[in-house]
Amino acid sequence: MISEATGRAVEILLVEDNPGDVRLTREALKEGKVLNNLTVAGDGAEALAILRRGLDDGSRCPDLILLDLNLPKMDGREVLEEIKGDEQLRRIPVVVLTTSSAEEDILRSYNLHANCYVTKPVDLEQFMKVVLSIEDFWLTVVRLPPAAERAA
Amino acid sequence: MAEAPRNALVIEDNTGGGRPTAEALRESKVRCSVIVVADGAEALALLRREDRYSESKRPGIVFLDLDLPKRNGLEVLAEIKRDPNLQRIPVVVLSASDTEEDARRSYSLHANCYITKPADRGEFIRAVKSAYEFWLATARLPADISQGA
Repeated sequence: MISEATGRAVEILLVEDNPGDVRLTREALKEGKVLNNLTVAGDGAEALAILRRGLDDGSRCPDLILLDLNLPKMDGREVLEEIKGDEQLRRIPVVVLTTSSAEEDILRSYNLHANCYVTKPVDLEQFMKVVLSIEDFWLTVVRLPPAAERAA
Repeated sequence: MAEAPRNALVIEDNTGGGRPTAEALRESKVRCSVIVVADGAEALALLRREDRYSESKRPGIVFLDLDLPKRNGLEVLAEIKRDPNLQRIPVVVLSASDTEEDARRSYSLHANCYITKPADRGEFIRAVKSAYEFWLATARLPADISQGA
């Protein structure tokens, strides 16, 4: 399965400020089973700008968001709240992908309707495996929602 | 890594004969207790530990079949995700329907994910197993949910 009907790549938005993690994630996703295209936002404000643009000018909104919590300019927790509070954007699955394993962060993320919460392993190989598990589940098992767009 | 929860709640009806999701979970050999209820009202009573469910352990994951006879699966989903005590429990929505509308509405109501039930039984078992393992092994859950308190 490439993607739903059209055979186009699955669009993934990675919100991550650490260049090393960006590189690793990109590499891991390239090894995935499903054709995907990765866009990277280095901070929360950029992520929201990308998402709002996707809604307003017809460029595509992502099908899946990987969201770090500790970001400059606008914290990932705020980004999550904005996304899940928006009538159109909320449907996009958000995988929180963060170094934090604090119970407070886990609880708050789920209460803000994060679809799931994954702790980034420190070990390189484990990190790649985790990203591949995310790719495997979200891109091959799950039916992703239709692309978000502003209601006419 | 958090320990996998002990209970999975499956909300599906059996009027079609058998309980596909519950059976698939059991056949997948994931180590959990599978509790099945046939309608939304029962599900909410169990989740809220009301009446005869007051001693029940909270499930760590919910599998919700949209194809409930009263067609009210989305209402049940909405109610779980509106309740501050329940909304953190992952809810996996399953449906035979592949329509965009059902998927969109489920996600908008904060379903953790939506799975179109594969026709092939083997694939169905694998899908259900993948969902269980994703939230209970790959992902982290809030402590009270993962411990089945």
